[in-house]
Parts: sequence; structure tokens; C-alpha cells
Amino acid sequence: MSILINKDTKVIVQGITGRDGAFHTSKMKAYGTNIVGGISPGKGGSEVEGVPVFNTVEDAVKATGANASVIFVPAPFAGDAILEASYAGVDLVVCITEGVPVQDMIKVTPVLKQNNTKLIGANCPGLITTDECLIGILPGGIFKKGNIGLISRSGTLTYEVVNMLSESGLGQTTCVGIGGDAVSGLYFKDLLEMYEADPETKGVVLIGEIGGDAEEQAAQFIKDNMTKPVVAFIAGQSAPPGKRMGHAGAIISSGSGTAEEKIKAFNAAGVPVAKEPGEIPGLMKMKLGL
Amino acid sequence: MKIHEYQARNLFKKYGIPVPEGDVCHSVDEVKKKVSDDDKLRVVKAQVHVGGRGKAGGVKLAKTKAEAIAAAEQILGMDIKGLTVEKVLVAEAVDIEKEFYIGLINDRNTKSVTLMASAEGGVEIEEVAKNSPEKIIKMAIDPTMGLMDWQARKIALQLFSDPSQVRQAAGIFVKLYQLYVDTDSSLAEINPLVLTPDKKVIAIDGKMNFDDNALFRQPEVLSMREVSPDEKKEIEASAKGLSYIKLDGNIGCMVNGAGLAMATMDMIKLYGGDPANFLDIGGSSNPQKVVEAMNILLGDKNVKAVMINIFGGITRCDDVARGLVIALDEIKTDIPIVIRLSGTNAKEGLEIIKEYGLPTVSTMSEAAKKAIELSQQ
Repeated sequence: MSILINKDTKVIVQGITGRDGAFHTSKMKAYGTNIVGGISPGKGGSEVEGVPVFNTVEDAVKATGANASVIFVPAPFAGDAILEASYAGVDLVVCITEGVPVQDMIKVTPVLKQNNTKLIGANCPGLITTDECLIGILPGGIFKKGNIGLISRSGTLTYEVVNMLSESGLGQTTCVGIGGDAVSGLYFKDLLEMYEADPETKGVVLIGEIGGDAEEQAAQFIKDNMTKPVVAFIAGQSAPPGKRMGHAGAIISSGSGTAEEKIKAFNAAGVPVAKEPGEIPGLMKMKLGL
Repeated sequence: MKIHEYQARNLFKKYGIPVPEGDVCHSVDEVKKKVSDDDKLRVVKAQVHVGGRGKAGGVKLAKTKAEAIAAAEQILGMDIKGLTVEKVLVAEAVDIEKEFYIGLINDRNTKSVTLMASAEGGVEIEEVAKNSPEKIIKMAIDPTMGLMDWQARKIALQLFSDPSQVRQAAGIFVKLYQLYVDTDSSLAEINPLVLTPDKKVIAIDGKMNFDDNALFRQPEVLSMREVSPDEKKEIEASAKGLSYIKLDGNIGCMVNGAGLAMATMDMIKLYGGDPANFLDIGGSSNPQKVVEAMNILLGDKNVKAVMINIFGGITRCDDVARGLVIALDEIKTDIPIVIRLSGTNAKEGLEIIKEYGLPTVSTMSEAAKKAIELSQQ
């Protein structure tokens, strides 16, 4: 068991003929992901990395039965790509593209709801169910099979933490990079609910950032609904207010979204917050009684 | 991206939102030319990209033309929170019966544009939001329908009772929403929106910010951009694929990834050091990018030590190490550098750095401690 994806997930790649799309298609395939097709309007009928290319998502879904899509198209077209996948009936859409305008993300939101589509991202590294399926740009080699779930707003910081977990003997079930944008798809709360329901996941690591109040909401959800232990880390504790630290979401404004408030909320929910990433494996082991 | 109040006023005017008569002036001479010789009460306001202008003395009332000129003389060139005032807005002062707050923002929770309104306008709206949140009315707007007339009316009815005033206010809300969506705004505020004694509803002060991700399709917004020297560095860096923000400390940081870059700054602070910047070089091992990044770091005269923190994922550490060696050969600096490489091919990468003769460490915390030690020598 795992959440969202497994060895049976059939994945298509939107923007497969682009440089990033083609490169990561080969990496995903090498990990063992079942990539069944790619989309590039006008290039239908060709092949990339041994994968058949279709003109539309609809064509690809009809031909392959794909139930997940990963998006590598440039930012001005990413919103439309999400809509196309959603209307084609794809269950899970993972948008890797960075720099998508917020209004485009706001516009896709009601459509996703209406079509019952799950979205991860945009501006995210993707997700992985260890030894089964990798969707996105995560470096597969650092992940190890085990019982820890991980949700993170960042990319390389996630790799850093995963590496520490793996090295300390804490393998993972599914790890999800939800992305650093202000308006995104699935968030902490949605995923915590899935981890709580997944029998294989024994504990969850949550990597938050300054800005917004998703961590505070997650803390409340944990307090009310989670029986499994959660360990958290918040990046950006030293960041000055009003500055955008690379992630559109990582900005403190009007005195809300500070690291202090988030740590307080987690502590009140019984969630230990690591002072530095290196403390995370130890805290998780303590919580699991290992 | 931020714009000035006078620029927001121009956008309001374009969309039919009433604002008091006024004009922007870049010099005292311009004030002399543009202001007519009468006894109208005017307000002279500094145009700078920071809040708290009033408290800093950047807003003055003028009863005559002579007073307006005198006010402009005082305000132009004034320093407000480190920014020099280069422009003033000279606008007719309006008699105020009542003040309101209107704002539009991108709301992360509802994943929609949200309209906020309050009868407690004019004062620090953040204070109202914090201490009496019930005084702020909020309405999430459906992006497919936009702000519907009945919604605008519903909000207006909670602020005004007279039908004419309700109509005026609701009209302003709908126009402000249209402006917001058309320009890919990320914040649009009218504070205060006022009711005058002759029962007109007018926007006195306005603030607008825009989504940086959407500037590619907003040439008119982009043409209003004005950058401070610090921002200039940040924009130059972003053109090179680097994300840079200058801070006040003395340890220069170069990291791949925004989250890891923030965590690196945090760690330096945690161990008692002070980061000089946030710098995310992204996912490339291109030596030229490393050279650019080093040049930006070393261009900051406060920097006493540099910490390079790379976690190789898709990027291989040996590639990064080769890039660093080429970059360091080109730059030649006396500033001590601590390099930490971890992840994919870290062992090979560290070998390359060691051979080059620079100290290497394998964990983030070791690197932070070492950089702090070096910055204090």
C-alpha cells in the first residue's frame, strides 16, 4: 500500500518532446514508472524514449487507459495543460512547471473540483512511491522502501531530508512534493488524511515553509484526526518579512505565516518541530518508539 | 511587483473608479507649474514603495499653492525607511464623513480571489484584522463568474444604507475586481474608500501589487516598474536564472533550491552567524552560473566567508564540483569558502574539491559551523 500512486499507475507526459520532458521521461522509465504515452500537439504518431506520442490528452487516455499525467509544458501554457488533462478524465495531474500565474491556478480550481481531478503542484518536484512509481523530477536513488510518509513544500530540502531518513534506516512509503506556490493543488491536510488511512505508513514527516497558514491548518487537522506520529520542520525561520524567497508562497506578509506561529501550532498539536533538518530522523524514531 | 499610489490611481481612473483630482510631480518646479493658484485644500504625498509615509512626515496638507510648494520642497529628497522620495502626488483634499477599507487578494485557502471590506477603514487594517476579525467582511469570488452584481451589492449593503451610496460602492467593487483580473494583480486595496459630506463615494488612497509570474503577459504593468538598487541586483540575478535576495549579514550563501537555501540561512542563524543573502542557483551545474553567483556574492562587501551548500539530486555533485573549480579559477578571491556536497556522486565531487585544495565538509551543519568560524577570523 501507499498513497496516490503505485506500480499499476499508468502515466502520460504532457510536453514530452521538450528538453525537460524527454530527459525526465527517461529517468522515470529507468526508475520503473509505467509511462504509457506522451503528448505534444502536432507530433502525434511519433515516439520519444520509446514512448508513443499523441496530439491530445484525450487521444492518449483513450489509447492507453492512462490515469495520471505529469506536466512539463512552459508556464504560460501550464494552466491549459492542467485543464486538458482534467477534462480528459485523468485522476491525478502532477504539474512540475515553475512560474505559473496565480490567476491561472485560480481558474483551474473549480474545474478540478467539478471533474474530480487531484492536482499536485504546480512548481513542485513531483511524488514517488518507493520501488513502484516515480512521477516528476525527484532523484530516485535516495529513496528507500519503508514506512514513513513525507510531504514537503520544497525540492532539494526534501531530498536532503529523505537522504537523512534513508541513511538512518527510516525508509519511505510515498513522498510528495506539493510545491512552493501560493495557490496549489493537494495540500498538507489532504495528504495527511491519505497517510492516516494508509495501513503501511507508520509516521509522517511534514516540511513546511514560512508564508500562508497551511501548516497551522495541518496542525489543527493532526490534533483532531491523526493517530500516527508527525514530525515537522519549517524552513525560512530567519527570512525577513515581505521578501519572496524563490517560492511565491514563501513570503511573510501582514504579520501572518511566520515560522514562530507555525511552530507554536505544531507544538500545541503534539508535533515536535526539528530545529534543523538533521534532527528529523531522531525525532521520528523517538515518536515511533524505535 | 509593486507600483506607486499615483500609478494605482491612474489605473483606477481608467476603470472608472472615482478618485480626487491630482497629479504626480517629480520636482518643485513641476508643482509650481501644475498646481493652480487657488485656495483649495490639497494633500502632498511622498510616492515611495514603503508603508508608514504619514508617520515619517511624507504626507502634508496645503491650504494654498505656496503651501503646496513648501510641502513638496520638504518631501522631495526626503529619506523614508532608506528610500529617497523622488516624486510627490499633489491631490485635492476631500472632506470625509466616513472611511472604509476595500481589498482584493489571492486567497490560498479558498484558492480564489477574495474581496475584503470593512467599515473600519483608514486605520491600520492589519490591526483590525488581528484584534477584531469579525469587523472584516470576506467574500470568495468564483473565477468563472467573476464578482457578480448581487455579491457586490451584498457587501456594499453592509457598509452603506442609502441606496445611492450602495450603488456607487457596489459599482466600485465590480470595477476594482475587473481591474484586478485584467492586470494579474496579487493585491488591490482602496484604503480609505470614503463617503464625502455631499454623499459621493471616492477612492482616496490605493495600493496595487502584481503577480511576478504573470508579468510576461502584462506589458503595461511592467512598464510601470521602478526598481530600487537592491531590487536591481535581484532582477539582474533572476535574468541569469538565479534567485537572490540581499540581507545584512556577513556569510554569503550559495545553495541549490529555495527550500534548502532558506534552511541554510536558518541554520547559520541557529548557530549564531548571520547570512548575507538568500541565493538559489536552481538545478544547474553550469559553471557559468556558479561564476555569476560568486560574483554577486563577492560583490557584497559585507561578506567575510562563503558557504556553498549543494544537494545533488538530478544534478550530480561531481558536475557541480567541476563547475565550482572552473568558477573559482576564474574568480580568485581571498574570502574563505566552505563547500558542502551531498547526494548523487557526492564522493567524487568532494574528491575534486579536495584536490583543488579547498576545505570540504559532508553535512550542512558542519558547513554552517565552519563558515561561521571563518567569518569571525
